[in-house]
Amino acid sequence: MARTIAEINEKIKKGRAVVVTAEEVIGIARKKGVAAAAKEIDVVTTGTFGPMCSSSAYMNLGHTKPRMKVGGGRVYLNDVPAYTGVAAVDIILGATAMPDDDPKNKIYPGEFNYGGGHVIEELVAGKDIRMIASGYGTDCYPRKKLETLININTINEAILFNLRNAYQNYNVAVNVSSRMIYTYMGVLKPRLGNANFCSAGQLAPLLNDPLYKTIGIGTRIFLGGGVGYVAWHGTQHNPSAPRTKKGVPTRGAGTLAVIGDLKQMKAKWLVGTSFLGYGATLTVGIGVPIPVLNEEILEYTLVTDADILAPVVDYSDAYPNRKPDVLAEVSYADLKSGKINVGGKDIPTASLSSYPGAVEIATTLKEWISSGRFLLSEPVAPLPGVEAGIKLKALEERPLP
Amino acid sequence: MKVAKKIVLHFPQQTIDKPVVSGLIREFGLDFNILKASISPGEEGLMIMELTGEQKDYNRGIKYLREAGLEIQYLSQDVWRNDDRCTHCGACIAMCPTRAFTLEEKTRRVLFDNSKCIVCELCVRACPPRAMELKF
Repeated sequence: MARTIAEINEKIKKGRAVVVTAEEVIGIARKKGVAAAAKEIDVVTTGTFGPMCSSSAYMNLGHTKPRMKVGGGRVYLNDVPAYTGVAAVDIILGATAMPDDDPKNKIYPGEFNYGGGHVIEELVAGKDIRMIASGYGTDCYPRKKLETLININTINEAILFNLRNAYQNYNVAVNVSSRMIYTYMGVLKPRLGNANFCSAGQLAPLLNDPLYKTIGIGTRIFLGGGVGYVAWHGTQHNPSAPRTKKGVPTRGAGTLAVIGDLKQMKAKWLVGTSFLGYGATLTVGIGVPIPVLNEEILEYTLVTDADILAPVVDYSDAYPNRKPDVLAEVSYADLKSGKINVGGKDIPTASLSSYPGAVEIATTLKEWISSGRFLLSEPVAPLPGVEAGIKLKALEERPLP
Repeated sequence: MKVAKKIVLHFPQQTIDKPVVSGLIREFGLDFNILKASISPGEEGLMIMELTGEQKDYNRGIKYLREAGLEIQYLSQDVWRNDDRCTHCGACIAMCPTRAFTLEEKTRRVLFDNSKCIVCELCVRACPPRAMELKF
C-alpha cells in the first residue's frame, strides 16, 4: 500500500478523500487493523493550541507623505515596542514585547496583562492600533514623528512568522522549593503542589510524525485559523533527543518555524496570553495534515497518550540552573488523569495547552480537506532528522578581551 | 427553612471600628464562616462569608447589616468567566483551593462552578488568557 501526495490531492479535489483526526484514527485502526486503516485513510489531521513563544508578526506600514524612515528609529503599537532595524517602513512585533512603562517584575509577580501577543490578537481582530513612531530624518525620508491609527486592512502586509512553535513534547513543570514560583509554565505551588504540562499529546503535530517523514519545509498547515506554511525547522529543533522504540521523543525535540498571511487568520486562534511573574506571549493554533503515504506513516499516527512520555522537571532549581536532572518520566495518559505520582507523592496536574482547542483545530482542518478547499503541499525539503546529528548548544560564556 | 448563602460585605471606612458582624450571632442566631477578610483601619474593608440560619433570621440579619452601613453583594456575581477568552487550557484548576474548576472528562473542557468560588482571586491572575474577571 502506497500513495503519493499528488494522488491524495486528486481525491481531495473530487471530494473523495478520507480524512480523520489523529484521535479518530486510533479507534479506526484498533477496529479494522493497521493495514485496512492505511488503505482506507488518506489524511490524518493533527492540532495543537497552546502558548507559543517565539511568535511574531512583521508588517509593512506603507509610506506617509512626506516619507518617514522608521528604520533605526522607534515604533510603538498600543505602547508595545516593535523592532525597526530592518528597513524604512517594515517592522517586526514580537509576542513577548512589553510596553516600556510596564512595571514587569518590579512589582513581583508582575501581571504582564498586555504585550506583543495581545497587539497581534487585536490586529487580527481588525481593531485599530495606536502607532507612535519616531525617526531621525534623512533627505529622502524627512519626517521625524508620526502618531496615527493603523489597521490590518489598510497596511500592505501583515505576516505571522513564528520562529519556534509546535514543540514535539515538552517538560512537565513542578516546584520542589518551599516558595511559590511564577514561570512560563504557569504558577507552581511549593513542595510539588502542582504539575503543569503543555502538549496536545496524541493530537500534537510532531508527535504524529515523530521522525519528520511527511512534515517538511513548505508543508501547508492550519495556522491561527487561516492557512500557513512550515517555513523551516524551528529554533532549538533537536531531533537528537532520546526516543522510545517507536521513535517518539521523551524530551522536548523537534520544532517548527511557521509563516502565514495574518490578514486571513482569526483572533480566536491567536490569543494574547499573560503568565504571572513571567511575561506575555501568544497562544497559537496550529494544525498539520499528515498524508498517509504508506502503512508506516499511518502507524506513527496511532500514537496514544499512554505511549508519550514527558520528563518532570523542577523549575525552582534544575531548570533555572540548567541542571539536567529529571525527577520522573510520566505519560500523557497519567498527566490527563488529573494527577501524577512523583516519589510517592500525588501531584495534581493541569495543562497549559488546550485539548478542546486542539480537537477543534484537527476537526476544522479535516473539514477543510474533506470539502476540497485545502490541498496538501509537497514539502520542498525535509526537516533535519535524527541522522542530522544536531547537538543542541548551550551558551558557554567567554570573557571579553 | 434553613438557608446558607455566601455574601460579600463592603465596610465603608467609618464602620470599621464597630463590632458589626458579631451581632449576627448575638441578635439573630445566625452562623457565619469567614472565607476571606481584608479590613485595615482607615481603609474600606471587605469580608466574604457564608451566612447560615433560618430564612426569617437571615433576612433580618441582612437588613441589620445594611442599616449598619454595610454594602452587601452575593458572591456568585463576583468572579465570572469570560467565555469568549477562555481557551479551556486548565491552568486554573490546580490553583483553585475550593475546586471550583473541573475538567469535563470526555471533552476536556474546563467547567467553572461559581457556587464553590470564594473569590480568593488566585485564578484571576493565574489564567493565561485572562478569562477570569472580577466584577464588583
